[in-house]
Amino acid sequence: MDVSGTGIQEPFDLIRLSLSERVFVKLRGDRELSGILHAYDGHMNLIMSDVEETIMIVDTESAMAGQGVVNVAKRKMEMLFVRGDSVILVSPPSRT
Amino acid sequence: MLIFSVFKTLTDQTVTVELKNDLSITGVLKSVDQFLNIRLDNIKVADEGRHPHMMAVKNCFIRGSVVRYVQLPAEHVDTQLLEDATRRDAMNQVKR
Repeated sequence: MDVSGTGIQEPFDLIRLSLSERVFVKLRGDRELSGILHAYDGHMNLIMSDVEETIMIVDTESAMAGQGVVNVAKRKMEMLFVRGDSVILVSPPSRT
Repeated sequence: MLIFSVFKTLTDQTVTVELKNDLSITGVLKSVDQFLNIRLDNIKVADEGRHPHMMAVKNCFIRGSVVRYVQLPAEHVDTQLLEDATRRDAMNQVKR
């Protein structure tokens, strides 16, 4: 199964290589997280620290008027468990 | 199983559970099971004005599937240990 040692063979390897790095997580309900990944499992349950949550709230009244105003609420949490069934995607840090 | 073990080490600590219906409950973690169902004692609901029906509730059992987040006490989480355990877990998944 393991062909080249540390290479990427399956999708979860991408998440494994992001351990202890800052990742971007998109969740159901127009929520996004940015935090340092410390643990995950096969359900994509995550444990992250130093988390900033961004909640997108579309203002329905102005959206009807044709101007898509999106209000953004942010908050920070020190250590957070995220249940896997809310997770849409996990993105590793951009290596620039 | 890994996340289950993490929660077991956090019993008798104070945690904040945020549910998928936006209800936030802070309480002492009394027990947890393999489905990540959670039992909380001595609970306090954030924004009680919006949830007056919860005022009389002193302890509760939360079905794991309705949980969105659990805010953990950072000082009781060993992040290095978590990352090592997660890598070990991921290795075993591949072997199977």
